[in-house]
Amino acid sequence: MIKQIVFAIALLITLGAFTFTILRIISFFKLTKKAFPVRDFGKRFGVMMEVAFGQTKIFRRPVIGFLHALVFWGFCVILIGSIEMVIDGLFGTDKVLKFLGLFYDIIMASGDVFALLIAISILVFLFRRVFLHIKRFEGIEMKKISHLDANIALSIILFLMLSLLGMNSAYYSHTTLVGGTIEGVYPVSKFLSAIFSGLTTDSTLVQYEIFWWMHILLIFLFANMLPYSKHFHVFMSVPNVFLSRLEPLGKLPNMDNVTREVKLMMDPNTAFATPAAGAPIERFGVKDAEDASWKNYFDSLACTECGRCTSVCPANITGKKLSPRKVIMDLRARMKEKGPMLVKNGKDYTDNKSLLRDYISEEELWACTTCNACAKECPININHPTLIIDMRRYLVMEEGSAPGELKAVFSNIENNGAPWQYSSEDRLLWAADLEMNVK
Amino acid sequence: MADLFGRGEKPEYLFWVGCAGAYDDRYKKVARAFTKILTHLNVSFAVLGKEESCTGDPARRAGNEMLYQMQALQNIELFKMYEVKKIITICPHCFNIFKNEYPDLGGNCEVISYVQLLDKFMDEGKLKLDASKLKNNRITYHDPCYLGRSNDIYDEPRSILKSLTTNYVEMDRNKSFALCCGAGGAQMFKEAEKGNKEVFIERTEDALKTNPKIIATACPFCMTMMTDGLKYKNKEEEIKNYDIAELIAISLEL
Repeated sequence: MIKQIVFAIALLITLGAFTFTILRIISFFKLTKKAFPVRDFGKRFGVMMEVAFGQTKIFRRPVIGFLHALVFWGFCVILIGSIEMVIDGLFGTDKVLKFLGLFYDIIMASGDVFALLIAISILVFLFRRVFLHIKRFEGIEMKKISHLDANIALSIILFLMLSLLGMNSAYYSHTTLVGGTIEGVYPVSKFLSAIFSGLTTDSTLVQYEIFWWMHILLIFLFANMLPYSKHFHVFMSVPNVFLSRLEPLGKLPNMDNVTREVKLMMDPNTAFATPAAGAPIERFGVKDAEDASWKNYFDSLACTECGRCTSVCPANITGKKLSPRKVIMDLRARMKEKGPMLVKNGKDYTDNKSLLRDYISEEELWACTTCNACAKECPININHPTLIIDMRRYLVMEEGSAPGELKAVFSNIENNGAPWQYSSEDRLLWAADLEMNVK
Repeated sequence: MADLFGRGEKPEYLFWVGCAGAYDDRYKKVARAFTKILTHLNVSFAVLGKEESCTGDPARRAGNEMLYQMQALQNIELFKMYEVKKIITICPHCFNIFKNEYPDLGGNCEVISYVQLLDKFMDEGKLKLDASKLKNNRITYHDPCYLGRSNDIYDEPRSILKSLTTNYVEMDRNKSFALCCGAGGAQMFKEAEKGNKEVFIERTEDALKTNPKIIATACPFCMTMMTDGLKYKNKEEEIKNYDIAELIAISLEL
């Protein structure tokens, strides 16, 4: 009974803290702008199965991708065991899901095997991060804290897996010693319990309890650390894939407020039909965190800082300042800085800083070729170019600032209908003396 | 188009030449080559001529949404006036913007890239390519971002090139992994930001590693960049850069 009470208190603290964090994050989402309407649930489900559960994009780098896929699939299986632990802890039951029979055996056996595979994968990941200097993990946006964050999260996952294996093997040896029926199948832990044999029934029970508590408390701790870490992707990446932009990568979202303006310009008659005053003036493009869409912000919370985007960015490869990962991380950091103040002081609050310039320089923004390599590469379908273009939109339409050559391009298009300064009268010169099949 | 329309005739396709096809000296040859192929295949098409204008792509990608939408709405009016149903483009940037972005503003035409059209004619047996003309030429292909990653057109250009030569070779970074030429997103019209290297040089090096005789491109921007890259590497004598349409025209002796 005491165990149940202690467990219930621990669970309450966990859920309380977690709810507090999530409500806080939701309050930041309320500051953001609308993106696209979320429709096509069938199609979204398909994308989620393929990209999230199938791990198809992570496999663009097959070797390390395979290790990640093992960790992901393992997590999915082990999650069922964790749910069982919560039920057992609350109601004082023991292996409550055992009624599932063969399915239970399969879940437990694969969870047991995955625990070992995940532990090995995590050791490889840690080894890479600590000892190998992988270029993709470096960059100006990768501060000391980013590396620390990664290593702490990986270490916790490692201990989660070790405690799970410890728990399973203690369970196995204890149940064997007292002559009970072993619920579930434990291929790895069976082997491990053989190594640690020769203990009394009391000590195996204590061992089991220690590992049980260690495992569940680590889960509770981890869950509450995640929202403050880049490893929030554990929660956010599957929903982020579900909420992917479904349009072709090359398509930029239309600005409806600009369409209204342009139609007014082209047909002055409509000017009288629309209400002039009263409507708040909308800012064109993105200057600060609250100008970004909820999807941009969702992307930033889901980003794992894996750097695959930056490693394929042509601008970054050739030494230019742009790093798509930095753009996404900057949005997250800026919202973390300004979000609480906006919530507290209202939407007119200003700290005389902005995402543009204080975080992301114009030089970074103008280096993007919109080639979409970053978006194609991102394992969780983050779309970086739309945010970059939205910031260019602010620069050009609100400030009239663009590199001089581009300003010339704008005026050429306006005056001659071409980016170059040629007369539209000369548009057909290429076809002079050409036999054309015009019929 | 205006002439035909005045005579009460409607061609099946509008061939959208694009600013590069109209004004860029090198790319004009591509527009000519493609026109010759269309004529050879007896395709019913017309061009807008002096009435054609910029799609607004460079403006839009440089952040000038206002200018883009003005261009787009004007072009859409023109399409409606001439009752355009199908548009063929040679420039992937024009293709992408017509196909994906004009519909948001009410411009709904069937948009076809020239590589799709030519590949379709090959499949139907109307376009027969002669592999003997270019057979000794090792050809590699640079994927334009706006055909490839943006619109998943990877196979059509390859199937055309493989019919033109038995010596087709891929670069290490190809298809969705391909490296940009460096000119998209309005970079074509401005100096690149400071870095260690220009993107087009990095990409030209990718191409040179395959030891090609011809680098095939399918985009005016890519063509400018790869041609510049070859000049920069002093390879423009031994290695040529051709558009896929030009290679077809060569093989057909048009």
